[in-house]
Amino acid sequence: MSDYRIKGETGEWEVVIGLEVHAQITTNAKLFSGAATAFGAEPNTQVSLVDAAMPGMLPVPNRECIRQAVRTGMAIEAQINRWSRFDRKNYFYADLPQGYQISQLYHPLVGEGSITVEADEKAGIPEAKVIGVERIHVEQDAGKLMHDQHPTMSYVDLNRSGVALMEIVSKPDMRSPAEAGAYVRKLRAILRYVGSCDGNMEEGSMRADVNVSVRRPGDEFGTRTETKNVNSVRFVMAVIEGEAKRQVELIESGGTVVQETRLYDPDRNETRSMRSKEDAHDYRYFPDPDLLPLELDDEFLVECRESLPELPDAKRDRYLALGISPYNADVLTAEVEAARWFDTLLDAGAKPVAAANWVTSELFGALNRMGRDLTDSPVSPQQAAELLGLVADGTISGTIAKQVFEKMLESGDGAAEIVERDGLKQTSDTGAIEAEIAKILTANADKVEQYKGGKEALFGFFVGQTMKAMQGKANPQVVNELLKKALG
Amino acid sequence: MTELTNLTVAQIRDGHRAGDFSAVEVAEAFSANVAGAKALNAFIVETPEHALEAAKQADADRAAGTLKPLSGVPIGMKDLFCTNGVQTTAASHMLEGFIPRYESTVSQKLWDAGAGMLGKLNLDQFAMGSSNETSYFGNVISPWRRKDGGNAALAPGGSSGGSSTAIAARLCPAATGTDTGGSIRQPAAFTGISGIKPTYGRCSRWGIVAFASSLDQAGPMARDVRDCAIMLENMAGFDAKDATSLNLPVPNWEAALSSDLKGKTVGIPKEYRLEGIDPDIDAMWEAGIAMLKDAGAAVVEISLPHTKYALPAYYIIAPAEASSNLARYDGVRYGLRDLPAKDSSGGGAGLQDMYAATRAEGFGPEVKRRIMIGTYVLSAGFYDAYYTQAQKVRTLIARDFEQAFGSCDVILAPTAPSAAFGLGEKMADPLAMYLNDVFAVPASLAGLPAMSVPAALNREGLPLGLQIIGKAFDEQSVLNAGLALEERSGFTARAEKWW
Repeated sequence: MSDYRIKGETGEWEVVIGLEVHAQITTNAKLFSGAATAFGAEPNTQVSLVDAAMPGMLPVPNRECIRQAVRTGMAIEAQINRWSRFDRKNYFYADLPQGYQISQLYHPLVGEGSITVEADEKAGIPEAKVIGVERIHVEQDAGKLMHDQHPTMSYVDLNRSGVALMEIVSKPDMRSPAEAGAYVRKLRAILRYVGSCDGNMEEGSMRADVNVSVRRPGDEFGTRTETKNVNSVRFVMAVIEGEAKRQVELIESGGTVVQETRLYDPDRNETRSMRSKEDAHDYRYFPDPDLLPLELDDEFLVECRESLPELPDAKRDRYLALGISPYNADVLTAEVEAARWFDTLLDAGAKPVAAANWVTSELFGALNRMGRDLTDSPVSPQQAAELLGLVADGTISGTIAKQVFEKMLESGDGAAEIVERDGLKQTSDTGAIEAEIAKILTANADKVEQYKGGKEALFGFFVGQTMKAMQGKANPQVVNELLKKALG
Repeated sequence: MTELTNLTVAQIRDGHRAGDFSAVEVAEAFSANVAGAKALNAFIVETPEHALEAAKQADADRAAGTLKPLSGVPIGMKDLFCTNGVQTTAASHMLEGFIPRYESTVSQKLWDAGAGMLGKLNLDQFAMGSSNETSYFGNVISPWRRKDGGNAALAPGGSSGGSSTAIAARLCPAATGTDTGGSIRQPAAFTGISGIKPTYGRCSRWGIVAFASSLDQAGPMARDVRDCAIMLENMAGFDAKDATSLNLPVPNWEAALSSDLKGKTVGIPKEYRLEGIDPDIDAMWEAGIAMLKDAGAAVVEISLPHTKYALPAYYIIAPAEASSNLARYDGVRYGLRDLPAKDSSGGGAGLQDMYAATRAEGFGPEVKRRIMIGTYVLSAGFYDAYYTQAQKVRTLIARDFEQAFGSCDVILAPTAPSAAFGLGEKMADPLAMYLNDVFAVPASLAGLPAMSVPAALNREGLPLGLQIIGKAFDEQSVLNAGLALEERSGFTARAEKWW
């Protein structure tokens, strides 16, 4: 249970949050037309006759969009409705050429499912929590108005008009900004694993409508407000925090929350009213007569399910079972690219625990320094596996491995090649090590005395000296054993 | 030589093939008739050059031995079909001057089959009307006149009134129509010609200006049943661009035409026997029954119990869809834009002002009436009482037909409750106008093929039509029954030229 509370003047308030996430489906073509969907194209260059709602034009559903939405539903264990239907949502706006948006009100493609957010003590999520998903439906995006191109007129760009969106509607199950943030991140990870949405919030391919209400803990739900089109996890959390505070202050000062649509201004970090329920549109939803009901057959559903990759939760469980720490498992599964990279590393023969530690510290650290990410990592999983293999079989020590890795990054050469060329192989030659130990003990007779007198911490000093003398190439285990014997 | 403009589609096709005349001669003859019939106002745009071009191609194809099914046949195109490079208006001010850069699937199929276009035919605005009086470009006048000697201008029916008039007046041998609630059949009946609305989904709706998507269906209008079959073969077919298109092969309807109805049963719906119906209509219906019996058919009475709810249901569903389909005419991207001037206080005209002004100016009264009805029946609080109820009625009507077709192959009924009425007679009373579709609407709601063939003249000397309704996908039985009526009625009457 979340213990997140707004402390008002009259006591504590609980926040109730539901999210409607709009996720642009990753496809080459729009939901009902063959037009392209690339981001950032010149205005009005990705518009078909259908998207511009020319007279007599008709929508034809794009199979791939439906497939991706069904796969997404399967990924959150949701009910897939074999029979669904498209409805028209009627309203006038210049970015909506048809005068209606084709959506699904009455019979959505995907029914109830759920998403689990992991425990995160630091963020205030004491234990893992299951957030209900009410439904997923598919619908068309609208175009875009540009108000800054002409002194008295607005311009319309229809590139986005008709692009396929999934609207993923959560239940009002979240109780803190942290839970909402975790939900959006987890949803984004799932979408990216499935490949149904690139999750790119900056480019608007994923955005959330944030529903917030407050109540006394345990009371009935309060009146909610909906803040539209919030386009980052940080902003989602900020909206909830700000809006909950605003509502509490309003109620405590004798006002009432009105059901309304609000807009978030990131620059001022506040929301303002867009329209109240009274001015709400009457959308006159009715089944789109241009489209037949969508009926899914077994073959289609089987293909959707079989084409699903291993998903974040399953992958995390598998990593945990391999002995990888929960923290590392979380880090490695958060982004689909990292997980894929890591899986390839395991496939190449790397030992899981050591590999996980190495990736999350050494590799991520190096990439961070270089300002790169995994997709353009200078070291491939196969090369990394070779390096880790050399450590695992005792050819080099962990310390030398760091040096070798640096050289790999600089030169692009393979680990074995570098070790060979630079003579970095570690030695287990007891004779050579014993000779150095003898020298060191002689030179530090005083410390030997102290050690024997009970100052056991000095053991590390002798190890260090020996390794130094061996130029780091001595097998640390052998050094330990021989030192213990020599210091008897 | 017979006058070329008196020939049917089949006669033009066969005569041209045989070398009796050239396609250019045919095109020029019809174009001359079109040019000489301005008084009828059947065309919004005349395109003799298009017809001539196709005719030259047809003549060349004949020489090369590569004739197509409609080579040498010039036709009229209802101005609801988008035609590439030729103004397409739906008879509205809203689309005046709109020139599509695309061709509707149906018109493209006709051009591909070798047909040429004589022009774009007038119609009721956005196909909403039963008399052609709602056209922004003025009403069409029927070539027919009552034999009482009065010269009262008569309605050609609607919405395909330009098509019906042009065929009846020999301005073209055939034309396209569209039928949402009788818009092919009623004008055909009013002007003494034939027309068939095929099963919903037979003809692609792609590129046809939409009125009510779940009802709109294109079909041919022509002088006789054979011509309807020929035309329909070249209009129908699956189209991946229309999600409601039927994915079925197109039968060779013409080749299978047969007026021998032995083994067939004709149903006579008792609910269509309206109280106080015009005795001429009743007599024609009785005569039709006798003709089908004569052709070998058995006749049974059937019941379509929900018939009386069809018209109210239609006038909820069609306007509901229309109110949404016509939302795209907003002045933003094409067609009329009326941007009001800034007011005296210096306030600028905004988007809402543009919408209001454009739509007030661009739509006629009947279109506005239906948009308002449709908006009302879909609005929150009324949706269930109207739209949901109407959809239930629609399901019941479809079930009525299904049950009736358990005991018959086709249904015979009048096409319309009266002969052509005078222009202006019903414009003041929308309900009286709507009642004209009472026999046509049930088949539309059920998506069934239905045709009108001329069967008799009433006592005023005006043509009356009989309607044949068939099972889904069974246009053949409809055409065959139509042929049996055509052969027996001996209907050869035509309007005397006064224009």
